[in-house]
Amino acid sequence: MPFGFVFTIAIKAILVNKTRSFLTMLGVIIGVGSVVLLTSIGTGLQAYVSDQFTSLGGSVVFVVPGDPFGDGGGFGGETSMIESTKPLLKRTYFNQILRNTRGIIKDGVVSGFSTGEAKYKTTTKKVTLYGVTASYGSVNKSDTASGEWFTDVNEQKGDRVTVLGPKIAEELFGTIDPVGKKLQIESRSYTVVGVLEKKGSSFGGPSFDNYVYIPLTTLFDDFNTQLIDNFTFEAVSQEQVPAVKAALEKELGRYLEEDEFTVFDQAQLLETINSVLGMLTIGLGGIAAISLVVGGIGIMNIMLVSVTERTREIGLRKALGATPDLILLQFLIEAALLSVLGGGIGLAIAYLGSLAIQPFFPARVTLSAVMLAFGVSTVVGLIFGAAPARRAARLSPIEALRYE
Amino acid sequence: MKPLLLQLQNVTKEYQLGDSTIMALAGVSIDIREGEFVAIMGPSGSGKSTFLQIASMLAEPSGGIIKLKEQDVTKYDEKERARLRNREIGFVFQQFNLLARTSAVDNVSLPLIYAQVSESERHRRSVEMLQRVGLGERLANTPAQLSGGQQQRVAIARALINNPSIVFADEPTGNLDSRSGEDIKKLLTDLYQEGRTIIMVTHEEDVAAIAKRLVVFRDGQIISDTANTEHAMNKAAKVKEGSPDLEVTKTPKTKRKGRA
Repeated sequence: MPFGFVFTIAIKAILVNKTRSFLTMLGVIIGVGSVVLLTSIGTGLQAYVSDQFTSLGGSVVFVVPGDPFGDGGGFGGETSMIESTKPLLKRTYFNQILRNTRGIIKDGVVSGFSTGEAKYKTTTKKVTLYGVTASYGSVNKSDTASGEWFTDVNEQKGDRVTVLGPKIAEELFGTIDPVGKKLQIESRSYTVVGVLEKKGSSFGGPSFDNYVYIPLTTLFDDFNTQLIDNFTFEAVSQEQVPAVKAALEKELGRYLEEDEFTVFDQAQLLETINSVLGMLTIGLGGIAAISLVVGGIGIMNIMLVSVTERTREIGLRKALGATPDLILLQFLIEAALLSVLGGGIGLAIAYLGSLAIQPFFPARVTLSAVMLAFGVSTVVGLIFGAAPARRAARLSPIEALRYE
Repeated sequence: MKPLLLQLQNVTKEYQLGDSTIMALAGVSIDIREGEFVAIMGPSGSGKSTFLQIASMLAEPSGGIIKLKEQDVTKYDEKERARLRNREIGFVFQQFNLLARTSAVDNVSLPLIYAQVSESERHRRSVEMLQRVGLGERLANTPAQLSGGQQQRVAIARALINNPSIVFADEPTGNLDSRSGEDIKKLLTDLYQEGRTIIMVTHEEDVAAIAKRLVVFRDGQIISDTANTEHAMNKAAKVKEGSPDLEVTKTPKTKRKGRA
């Protein structure tokens, strides 16, 4: 029998019972929709963080005090917090390293942190102060949108000058160009010399756009700290990164114990962050898998019930000349249509949902999630639509007609 | 003499019900020729319904031979049997068995779909057939919008749509009030007069009276097979009263697990 005839039968059967068909599809819609949406959040996050790091360039190597990657608690964990209260990294080491590694290290930055209150006219903000040496802009590819970075001279003299992240600049100054204006930080007057280009935030971490950058010397002078948070070195090329790491290990080894400092590059940092985000994605994937299972059971139930309910119909169709193959084909087509249609609607909803959360969250719908969700729900739909139909198709017409 | 249409030779049917084997048909032989109108009577549990199901290819016999148009169809597989049911046989059920929420036209055209008749042809023939059974005004109505008698007329139209060799009717008036029953009787009589072969199971004497041949079943066997005269009918009625062993030969009508 031509496929078209059975197709007509299947379509008629679906349309005859719209409520049942809709309920069947609902299970698929929920299953597919939730899986795709949830995994889009996880993968979107991961992709976003990767992008952020690659935008920094791959030739940067960091030195931090203590052992943030060690057994003591993981990245950013307790060890680094405790260790970083002792001033382990010293600026003299930094200067010595730069002198000794010419040829493989292009430049470097020393940075430290503090917090304080910034005030412009009547606007007051609690801000993170990032004390950096003058090479920060070039090493971190952080250019100014207006004005300029402060100079080495500014930095060494401890001038009260500042470069603002674009977001904090807007919050403090509104539409006024802050360059040349005076900003009060903890009651001291700083001259704004530059505003940075927009960079966005590393999700879950602090935003570079929110920082107030001041010379490191100024930070040490005005904020009563000698703590260096990290050294950032820029290798002459990405190929030199391993050599730079080795050289740094050797140089720092002269001043510090092995566990008092850690050298790592962006790849390692990215790897660590990715492993954390990977866990998150797995967690979200787990939740999604549960919804897929629930959705699958929903599909299964409605298929079983609807086919059982239709045993008499199957008996009648057989009595009127339908062969078991045709019955099976009809139910397969029905199940496939409902699964695919429901899957499509679920996908559309997930896609619209991901667009809706896009402004707040970097959701990204991936092909693999789509295929997994779509595949599982379609297969479940087909199996549980066809298996009871197969059983019913084998009954003699009289048995099926008598079924209650 | 008209050509042979349907022959059953020593046909048996056994049901397994728990530990006991129930003999629903204990060796039934009958010849039916073209254009006959046969009424099958007998007390409930006599095997008349089982006979109808086996003769109409809806159920398979346990033993014996079935011939349709002198062709042995006993060993036909399910696919061939489905084809026979579609092309050669029309069936009218006591319960009508129409598809719910489906228009009269679509119900009638159902066998034509399985016969691969084109959509326009299906529609044309179904409308024609519904007009033939007096439902030309009710084409788009669903079963819920039709009376019992009208539903049975839709079912008869469906049974006739493929122009079958034999029409089987299982208690066609059993679910109808007497007026609708009269309509159906008249319709069946008309069909017979057109030359259709009809085999009808009924326990109502007035319905059986329209047939020309009367076959009486008891305990899974044919105990009488005669022309349908008043005398034969009276004898058949007595069989009904005098059947002491209904329980033993009762055809299982309740639902069960497993195969029959």
